[in-house]
Amino acid sequence: MQTTEDAKGGRMSTEGTRPEAAADQGGRAAVVPGAVGGADLVIENVSKRFAAFTAVDDLSLTIPSGSFFALLGPSGCGKSTTLRIVAGLEQPSEGTLRIGDEDVTDLPSHRRPVNTVFQSYALFPHMSVLDNVAFGLKQRKVADAVARAKEALELVELGHLANRRPAQLSGGQQQRVALARAVVNRPQVLLLDEPLGALDMKLRRQMQVELKQIQIELGLTFVHVTHDQEEAMTMADVVAVMNHGRIEQMGAPRELYELPKTAFVANFLGKSNLMHGKVVGRDGDYLQVEAAGGLQRVRADRAVAETGDVVLGVRPEKMRIFTAGEETVPAGHNRLDGTIVDASFTGVSTEYLVEVPGVGTVGTFTQNMGQVTGKAGEPAVMCWDPDFTFGLAGDDDVAAGAAERDA
Amino acid sequence: MRAPASRRPEPAENLSAAEQKAEKARGRIGVGLIVPGFVFLLLFFAAPVFVLLAMSLYAKPPGAETGVFVPAFEVSNYVVALSEYWVPLLRSFLFAGIATVLALIIGYTMAYLVAVRLRQHKLLAAILLVILIAPFFSSFVLRTQAWKQILSDEGFVVEALRFVAILPEDGRLTATSIAVVAGLTYNFLPFMTLPIYASLERLDTRLLEAAGDLFASPMTAFRKVTLPLSMPGVFAGTLLTFIPASGDYINATILGNNRDTAMIGQVIDSRFFKIVDYPMAAALSTVLMVVILILVMAYIRKFGTKELF
Repeated sequence: MQTTEDAKGGRMSTEGTRPEAAADQGGRAAVVPGAVGGADLVIENVSKRFAAFTAVDDLSLTIPSGSFFALLGPSGCGKSTTLRIVAGLEQPSEGTLRIGDEDVTDLPSHRRPVNTVFQSYALFPHMSVLDNVAFGLKQRKVADAVARAKEALELVELGHLANRRPAQLSGGQQQRVALARAVVNRPQVLLLDEPLGALDMKLRRQMQVELKQIQIELGLTFVHVTHDQEEAMTMADVVAVMNHGRIEQMGAPRELYELPKTAFVANFLGKSNLMHGKVVGRDGDYLQVEAAGGLQRVRADRAVAETGDVVLGVRPEKMRIFTAGEETVPAGHNRLDGTIVDASFTGVSTEYLVEVPGVGTVGTFTQNMGQVTGKAGEPAVMCWDPDFTFGLAGDDDVAAGAAERDA
Repeated sequence: MRAPASRRPEPAENLSAAEQKAEKARGRIGVGLIVPGFVFLLLFFAAPVFVLLAMSLYAKPPGAETGVFVPAFEVSNYVVALSEYWVPLLRSFLFAGIATVLALIIGYTMAYLVAVRLRQHKLLAAILLVILIAPFFSSFVLRTQAWKQILSDEGFVVEALRFVAILPEDGRLTATSIAVVAGLTYNFLPFMTLPIYASLERLDTRLLEAAGDLFASPMTAFRKVTLPLSMPGVFAGTLLTFIPASGDYINATILGNNRDTAMIGQVIDSRFFKIVDYPMAAALSTVLMVVILILVMAYIRKFGTKELF
């Protein structure tokens, strides 16, 4: 067991784990027989209502063929229901679902070209690992089902455990069997329902890399449901942040992180410092916003609204912090003055919580470059390049998503 | 491979005196707990079986009064038992077999309905389960008597069946094989249903979703997932039905006639209490026991170990 994991780690590091690196080895896809690529998954105006609860609310979404798509959101946001609708395990109250050119809305799950890796793995306990993996192929009467199942087990490096029962495997191994059981069918869309949720942190990171690699090798469309923002960002090409049955924002991970369009996204996907303000003027490409007792600037093309009340935001790592009197705020930077309420030294960095009048508690940190660290009770000055500021709607709830992120 | 950190208790020589004492005390408690059950089995199972086996070999001395037998080694008792009573013996297993199959079909359907289909409707499932168990609260004999009334020649069931010409004008249900098998099926149904219910109730329905996701139709999912996973219940239920049903005499006595529906239990009953032929009754009982044992062993060998996990 131990040696297998080590060998696996070795393989990963030599072949490279960056998606770009793997993508460059384009020829590798040909190594896997039967790779057929995926198909666009189109969700149109889909709603799902349970008795008094709307789980999915008029959702429209196109997931391009061959992409690794993540549905990210807190529990109860409707992401799992969306996945179950795509799998055919739940019937939408309204809307249509297409895979490629085919309308699959009314197709029962066993007729859909879709396979799922379940959160609980749902491996058949009375069958061997090999029989589990061959199950889908046998249902479709594929001639060399067993041979292909063995191949899929090799892909997830479990060939040597083919004759075991699922209960005899570790959690991580079961997870990989579940993955093999789904990908062996080369579905047009592969659905992953929080597949790494039951694994410990170390195994989780390893599986993230592995999943990404398999997706690139097979060229299938992956739809990954998760509440773990880091997982979504590291793995997916496109992330859709869901809240209350709707999509808050969708885009590449970097795009979502650097330019959130709602307070929920700003808080749920990483941390943000948000402050209420009012647009008072314009200075070239920048809006001048009166906030936190001073004039802050935000680029007009990074703001949701250009007039009236706005909420300004900035990511903690974009800020610099100085103890009062030491400050060297570059010209044109936005500036906040406050009092340090907490400073925790973590070695690599020092994390600060600063109370800023009119804003509340602002979080930031400094990399440990040998500078003197501030102490609680001391005044501090923070500044950042206005190009990093983002502007949200003035009526947005600045606390939205923060509690869900930490849940 | 690294050796896992040892968590087992240290070997005895490393234990302190107090710990050794505690270990010994635990051993004594263990023995103490086994003794009552052991004594009970000895008194009420092993001893009676021995007496039964001995009695089956007793002989009736010439000219002795009814009910007087002496210890002997009369193997011919078994020859008589098999040659005279092979028909009711065979019939017993036939009736029990048919009743088991019928109970399996009815019981599985009911258990599946309650445990799987109505799983989300907790109240309805609970009510149905109570209805299922309720017959247990009244006496076996009373219930069978009630069936006799229901199936009697003047009863509405027979009249209705005659009316629609399923039964001929002089047709009847009581005192027929149909009534006996029906009675057996009815009376042992809960023994079949409950174990199956217990195993189906534990069935993870997400496995059925997974089967559907992997292109299995609902029918195939049932065949490949539900059925195999409920086999422990089916196995227990069929044994719990077949074994007592093959030795049963109440159904055959109340719902059958004395001629072509007689089961072996009925014969043993009359040998014992009416004719007072203890050795013959004991020999028949032994034969019944041995045949059931052989059948059950064969059954366990065929289906028992493979599907149970």
